[in-house]
Formats: sequence, C-alpha cells, structure tokens
Amino acid sequence: MATSANRFVHRTNVIDRLGRTVVYAGELLRHPVYTRFLHWMVGIFFFLALLSGFGIYLPWIFRFFTPLFGGGATTRFLHPWFGVGFVIFFGLQALNWLGVMRWTPADSRWMKHIKEYVTRSDSVEAPETGFFNAGQKMQFWEIVCGCIAYVITGVIMWFPEIFGRILVAISYVVHDMSALIMLFGIFFHVYLSTFGEPGTTQAMTRGTVSEAWAWTHHPAWYHEITGRDPQQALKQAEAEMAARERAND
Amino acid sequence: MSDRGTLRIQQISAHPGPVAGEGTQRQDKVCKLIDTTTCIGCKACEVACVEWNDMPFQTTYFDNTYQTMPDTDWNYWNLIKFNEDQHDDGSFAWLMRKHQCMHCEDPGCLRACPADGAIVQYSNGIVDFQQENCIGCQFCVSGCPFNIPKFNPNTKKVYKCTLCSDRVGAGLEPACIKACPTGCLHFGTKEDMKFMAENRATQLREVSGFQNAGVYDPDTIGGTHVIYVLHDATKPERYGNLPAKPRIPLSFTVWKDIFKPIGLFGAMLGFVGVVMHYVFEGPRREQPTPPVVRIDPPPPPAGKEN
Repeated sequence: MATSANRFVHRTNVIDRLGRTVVYAGELLRHPVYTRFLHWMVGIFFFLALLSGFGIYLPWIFRFFTPLFGGGATTRFLHPWFGVGFVIFFGLQALNWLGVMRWTPADSRWMKHIKEYVTRSDSVEAPETGFFNAGQKMQFWEIVCGCIAYVITGVIMWFPEIFGRILVAISYVVHDMSALIMLFGIFFHVYLSTFGEPGTTQAMTRGTVSEAWAWTHHPAWYHEITGRDPQQALKQAEAEMAARERAND
Repeated sequence: MSDRGTLRIQQISAHPGPVAGEGTQRQDKVCKLIDTTTCIGCKACEVACVEWNDMPFQTTYFDNTYQTMPDTDWNYWNLIKFNEDQHDDGSFAWLMRKHQCMHCEDPGCLRACPADGAIVQYSNGIVDFQQENCIGCQFCVSGCPFNIPKFNPNTKKVYKCTLCSDRVGAGLEPACIKACPTGCLHFGTKEDMKFMAENRATQLREVSGFQNAGVYDPDTIGGTHVIYVLHDATKPERYGNLPAKPRIPLSFTVWKDIFKPIGLFGAMLGFVGVVMHYVFEGPRREQPTPPVVRIDPPPPPAGKEN
C-alpha cells in the first residue's frame, strides 16, 4: 500500500544527539530533533523576514513594523540577512525531506478528493496517505520554488549596481509575488497544524504523535511503522470506546 | 518668485494620510533652462555645485574625453557630458550637455521609494531627498529614467541634485545658474522658461539652420523642471543617453499602486478561509471521536429532505 517514497528515513546526526525525543505508550515518533530544530529555525527566520519585509512592501500600512527592527534603514539592512537564514535552514530541511516529499500516484489521487478533505472533517484519510499528504507536499514544493525566486531576485535587489535598473524593477515584482503566495500558504500551514487538526502541534514540539492521530491523518505511515492495519486499529479503538460508554451508563 | 511658500510639500514618498501644505497656496512652478547650444563646457557649474553643497572632492580620472568623470556620483551632482557626434554627412559636432537631476513632474524615484518621507516633491516642482528618512534600499535608482540617484556606501544613503532648494527657498537662483558665464543657464517659472526655450528653438530653426532644434520637456513623465534646448530634439540620445521617452518602470506604478494592495488582500483571504473553515466545518479530529451528545441546530428529519 505505502510506497518506499513515503517513508522518512532519518540518519541520526549531531543535532539529534544534543536533544532527545521521549515516546510514551500509545505514541509514535514523528519528527526527530534535527527536523524540529530546522523547522523552528525556518519559522523564526520566516517571520523575521516577513515582518521586516512588510514594512518595505506597503510602508503606508505597515510602517509600525520597521521600529521593531530598529528603524527603516536597519530593517532594510537586516531583511536580506533574515532571508539568507530562511533559505539556508529551509534548504537543509529540503535535503532532509527530499525523499519523503517525492510525488506519487497516491498523491494525485489525494488531490482528486481534496473536496472531501476540506468538507468531511469527521473522516479519516485515504488508506494510502503516507508520511506527508499531497497538500503538504505541494506546500513544500511551493516553498522550494519560492526560495529559488527569493534568492535570484533578492541578490539582484541587494546589489543593484551590478544588475541594472530594469532587472531590479522586475525582481521587485517577482519577489513580492513569491512572498504573497507564501503568506497565503502559511495560514493553511499554521491552521492545520494547530486548530485545524488537533494533536499535530506536538509533532513539531515534543516530536511525537498519538497512534490515533497517525491512523487518522497518515494511515499508510501508521501501517509502515507499526505493521498494523490502520482500519483494523480504528475499528478496535471504536469498539473499546463503545465498551467504555456502556460501562459508564 | 515668492520665497515664503516655495518649499511647501506637495508629494511625500510612501506616506499615509494627507500631505501637509498640498494645495494651500498658489505656487509658481520653478524651472531650470539649459541651452545646450550656447554651453562652452567650462564646468563652472560643476565647481559651483560642489562648492555650494560643500561636498568633498573626489578623484577624477581621464577617459579620453574632456568630461570630468564618467558619471555623476553621490558627491558630484552636476556633470557636463561631452559627446563627440558624427552627422550622417560625415561632419562633426561636439554636443555638451549639463547632466543633473531633471526634477520630473512625476518623479520615478519618489514613486519607487518605500521609505516614508525619504523623497518629497515641493509644490514648486523641486524633488528633494531627505537623507534622514532614507533606508538605503536604492529602489529610487531603478525608478529613475535618467540614472541620477547615487548611493554612498559609507552612509548607506542616496544623494542627488536638490535644485539648490535651500537657495530657492531663500529667493535665490541655484548655484550652477549663478556661475554660468555664457548665460546658457536660466532659472525662473516653468512658464517663462518654456517661453524662452521655445523662442530660442525657433531662432535656431529659422536663423541658425538647425532644422530639428527643439525643447526637451518629456511629457511621458508629465514634463520636467529642468528643460533643454537641443540642436536636434528628435534624437536626444546623442546627448549622452538622454532618453527620448523616459518612463517609470511599471513595477513602480501599476504593481506598486494597484496590485500590491490587491495582492495583500488576496493573501489575507487565506486567513479568512481557514478561520471560516474552523467556524463552518470545525477541526478534523483523531478518530474515533467520542459519541456526539447533541447537534445544534438538529439536522432535518429523514424523509423530509427535498
């Protein structure tokens, strides 16, 4: 059912040895320390770059952001460096996740049923949904493309005397558009990992998720690491819950 | 020229809300007229500019012309461009043009600038940089069709000709005008300068045999507050890259003024979308969820649907 492309193979590195992930009974290891470290570094630099960029993007609305960074000139000075941090850490995360983000036929099928994903919040995911679903993969590849656009246009705007006025004028628009698309996407990312799918946040904080979370949102991944059938596991959990309800009555 | 009101602000870069002074007083638009046909290339205006603005001298270098340096710089706002120009018939002309900020009626630098108050346009037409508000992004450089704003890497600020706004505000003419020995530079109201320029162009055409003589005051940027009389107004490029139709890049007009706010609104729809999803649909919980006690409002009874 699951393909090998959906499996996240992690090799422990030095960052992992600096921290640890405690997995309690009924939980599964989702993101090791290295992944979580990269995620939050990307997040910090993303929001630093976003807020400092807002002040330059539409100053007549967002002029209150620039004092946070020490005024307009300092904001302008820091923004490219925030961007460099964002791209470096996201680049490492991209290498970390390259295999598991590969698009599979199952992802194409997932996209065809995206309407049910949005409107049927009482359901479990299709049994072939692996470590990441197609929506997560799309966002990942969007950010990869966005980062490439940021780097090219950002360097042009950083050193305008080398590239000339017309390239700068074009870069300005492309850089803005990339930022708008990423901003649009970040709302979905934050929503789905917090309010939208409860139990997800801890995957990026403590690094673990509950088994129920796994068979609900990523059944194929659940099957791969536990060897149990996610639908069977769900049925069993339903039966246990019904038994508890009867005992309470 | 009235002194009291000359430095009333008409436009401010990246500024929310009203502009102080806009339209509160009748204002004469000022203008500098440069008659390239009577310029002798003496560079008195270059010296006067450096002197009056108290700028440090910088090393100049020889590039096989009489030009002081290849281009203007952050501390050298006024440069005579020496262009050796060959006509179609093989004859030769030496075209000298005083190159400096054109003080556009629709300034590309001000349009491009994202820093509140870093660039202002006074109601007399002078476009002035306020370095204390400059953030050093150099967008003004890409907004300018004449390649005028120059970056100082030490101060991380951009500088250019002020049309001696300090002198004009005190009722004086710009320093370059005062220094010109041939009278090829004039300063006054736009209306008067335009009149003088057209007269001179007519004289050049009818008396001096320059059939294409004319006035350079490009309407693609609403006209400029520095205008030229040229021997050949049909090909201003021959005077050292003076564009025939200067334009502000669309990214600083269409994109900045229209699509930026729309784009931001579009991105914020993502926020509205997820909030509404939570309100209308609710979260996707781990399955199985505990039994539902009640749903409000109750679903319609079976059989009554449709």
